[in-house]
Amino acid sequence: MKLSALQQSYLNRRSNSFRGSAQLDSAADGSVKSPAAVFWLVLHGVCCLISLVLGFRFSRLVFFFIFSTSATNLYTAPFRGAAEIASHLDVRVPGNMTAVVASSTSRVVVGRHGIRIRPWPHPDPVEVMKAHQILERVQREQRALFGVKNPRTVIAVTPTYARTFQKLHLTGVMHSLMLVPYDLVWIVVEAGGVTNETASIIAKSGLRTIHVGFRQTMPNSWEGRHKLESRMRLHALGIVREQKLDGVVMFADDSNMHSMELFDEIQNVKWIGAVSVGILLHSTDSSATIQREGEEESTPMPVQGPACNATNKLVGWHTFNSLRYAGRSAVYIDDRAPVLPRKLEWSGFVLNSRLVWKDVDDKPEWVKDLDELDGAGEEVESPLSLLKTTSMVEPLGNCGRQVLLWWLRVEARSDSKFPAQWIIDPPLDITVPSKRTPWPDAPPELPSNEKMSDGAQTQDQQINKHSTKTKTPRTRRSRTKRRHDTKVIGVQASTLSVSEQQN
Amino acid sequence: MDFWKWVFFGFLCAALVLRIGAVELGRNQPTERISGSAGDVLEDNPVGRLKVFVYELPSKYNKKILQKDPRCLNHMFAAEIFMHRFLLSSPVRTLNPKEADWFYTPVYTTCDLTPNGLPLPFKSPRMMRSAIQLISSNWPYWNRTEGADHFFLTPHDFGACFHYQEEKAIERGILTLLKRATLVQTFGQRNHVCLKDGSITIPPYAPPQKIYAHLIPENTPRSIFVYFRGLFYDVGNDPEGGYYARGARAAVWENFKDNPLFDISTDHPTTYYEDMQRAVFCLCPLGWAPWSPRLVEAVVFGCIPIIIADDIVLPFADAIPWEEIGVFVDEEDVPKLDTILTSIPPEVILRKQRLLANPTMKQAMLFPQPAQPGDAFHQVLNGLARKLPHDRSIYLKPGEKLLNWTAGPVGDLKPW
Repeated sequence: MKLSALQQSYLNRRSNSFRGSAQLDSAADGSVKSPAAVFWLVLHGVCCLISLVLGFRFSRLVFFFIFSTSATNLYTAPFRGAAEIASHLDVRVPGNMTAVVASSTSRVVVGRHGIRIRPWPHPDPVEVMKAHQILERVQREQRALFGVKNPRTVIAVTPTYARTFQKLHLTGVMHSLMLVPYDLVWIVVEAGGVTNETASIIAKSGLRTIHVGFRQTMPNSWEGRHKLESRMRLHALGIVREQKLDGVVMFADDSNMHSMELFDEIQNVKWIGAVSVGILLHSTDSSATIQREGEEESTPMPVQGPACNATNKLVGWHTFNSLRYAGRSAVYIDDRAPVLPRKLEWSGFVLNSRLVWKDVDDKPEWVKDLDELDGAGEEVESPLSLLKTTSMVEPLGNCGRQVLLWWLRVEARSDSKFPAQWIIDPPLDITVPSKRTPWPDAPPELPSNEKMSDGAQTQDQQINKHSTKTKTPRTRRSRTKRRHDTKVIGVQASTLSVSEQQN
Repeated sequence: MDFWKWVFFGFLCAALVLRIGAVELGRNQPTERISGSAGDVLEDNPVGRLKVFVYELPSKYNKKILQKDPRCLNHMFAAEIFMHRFLLSSPVRTLNPKEADWFYTPVYTTCDLTPNGLPLPFKSPRMMRSAIQLISSNWPYWNRTEGADHFFLTPHDFGACFHYQEEKAIERGILTLLKRATLVQTFGQRNHVCLKDGSITIPPYAPPQKIYAHLIPENTPRSIFVYFRGLFYDVGNDPEGGYYARGARAAVWENFKDNPLFDISTDHPTTYYEDMQRAVFCLCPLGWAPWSPRLVEAVVFGCIPIIIADDIVLPFADAIPWEEIGVFVDEEDVPKLDTILTSIPPEVILRKQRLLANPTMKQAMLFPQPAQPGDAFHQVLNGLARKLPHDRSIYLKPGEKLLNWTAGPVGDLKPW
């Protein structure tokens, strides 16, 4: 308000001087600036500048400094902005109110307060760690209260064989199994006998593993592979029977992907249960096939598993519709055509291990003995062959509505080579320096390692193209800064000396 | 033949009792009884301990108002309407005023809504005054005690001060005519003009069916440390901050906006209730008034409430030991909130969660339709029952007048 008064007086003076400009006296007056006028002008200019900077807060600042009564309301904590000062209109209970408040006034003040910000308002890593520990404790308590009571051991059965993609697949399964919060026994059955390759992979898991070899080698066709895998799984069930392992048996194929909820859900199985499996079909020209089908709408991911009616009773099975891919499916393991799953995959079933035990009294009468399957000539397609009647299968995962794991088959060409245990030893001997080093003054030839001198002679001329079903990973010429020598390998021009994998 | 009849009858009774027991079990989390003399009080049954007489007011005070704006049934202040409905059909109601301990006046003062749904309190004092004039002229019970055995529901922001702005509410003070009555209100702050001694604080209304529609399985792990959704700055009314919430909400934002432990924002997600069930702590800071429906939501969803409101009086404070259930943080300690929360020992946190899991605790915060034993309606009646028997001194001698009927702002004296 003071400002506007100043402004108004200034304007008046201005208009006065304009009006009187024709006359000499006022002109004379205007030219001779009295000290008072100068002072007001200067003050006005300063006030204008300050209000430009501070905005409308300036008026309140002026009021505060001129009329401040309650200096006690000034907070000492750091403030946001310049002028957030507690208002001087602190409302205490005035004496004439007839409120029956007994004792003193409230310490809570109505009005504008400062916004308290600590000097460094950012997360403190120590506090974050402590909070995570609290969360961990709370979640542990929740699991103890609502999770599975009396969790049973999970017995995972994995048939595998040494090949290029084995490490990829088996590492995935291994990491999933390492995360399972229950006791676990991992039975790995390897076709072609026990190899160091597989042993080295599963040794890193820290789980209790049973690694057995199966005398036959894995055939090259999917048909043969499925048959052999079924026999390997039955062999594993035989081990469960021999060692009287107690728990829940689940079939973790090495290229499948499991969710953690699967392991929680299978704890609820009584004798034999079925879960829904998502089928991930890998086909390179899937788009072309869909177009050729015409008006058939692109189906969502097919799911294999139990089918329930409205009252959550098992009424049938969802299986994979392989008619669309008839004649176009892969026959050999390295075909570029889609790999079809069986009617019902083993991985969609879980068993109570007591079903395969010998001489157990409380085994239900609708289950066959494991020995009967061994001798049978026909192939055992799924654990349902263990049952005399399929009506006793329990549907898990909200009656099959939850997809708890995914089935996928991806393999490299049968003649693909890879270094044993994926360790390159001895190291590669030909290096191609990158054309553009990050240091323009450095000489183009990079100093060679002492290791390069040996091992340089033999096996140079083997150019191995690693073509797999998936796109070939091309190592790009790296242009990133590296502290050591850049060892860059272009794909086409490389001569890799690698020790061949004996298969 | 007679023997078999008795056996059959006994069997029926047993079946009935067992069935009721089975229904109660439900979710089987071990809960902790809120023990001690305060806690057991939640399970008291008010029936038989008091009698309430409901005045028959003309429908312009209640039904017509509701008909004009049925939105009143869903907002935070709907407790006044539901309390009326509950009392009409409750066993504590008596039709004989001579034997009544408490008298209830059903006047819906908070039902004058703006197009946005916010209640305007400007006509409320006149409405209340007109209702009291009516009951004092038609029945002798008001004049007998000048309202000391009457109770009224005033759930608005600052209770019977009938204003939403705190300074104006303090200026007005509690309506003179209600100075001797018992007020049942949501507002509660110690040493505040608008909280009368002997008032009963109730939780704000939260629609129970909406809450129950968003329950998630109890084994979902609680992975959010602190959760809050709401305004930090009320840009419309207080753009710079400092007035709204006494600067506390703005302080929370400025200090913790980049902290991964604090899931705070101004969003309105559709998964608000589900997210609360996945959080360990829920912030319940003050807004323009110290109380907030977040407290009800936090209690029902098992999330430990962090109450940032100095001197607040929480609902049913004489029956619920809030200190043991929630975490109280002074407004000046907000910048240290993360240190405060992480220094709570885990056993204490687990105990608070067990106390919150108690179904009587959750039931006491809600106003379900139809009323269920142990719910907020019954807690109000319990509170009223605890104030009985009335002191002899409240009965005035004939002709004695204590209240000044012409006190207050002139605008209040206009008839409604």
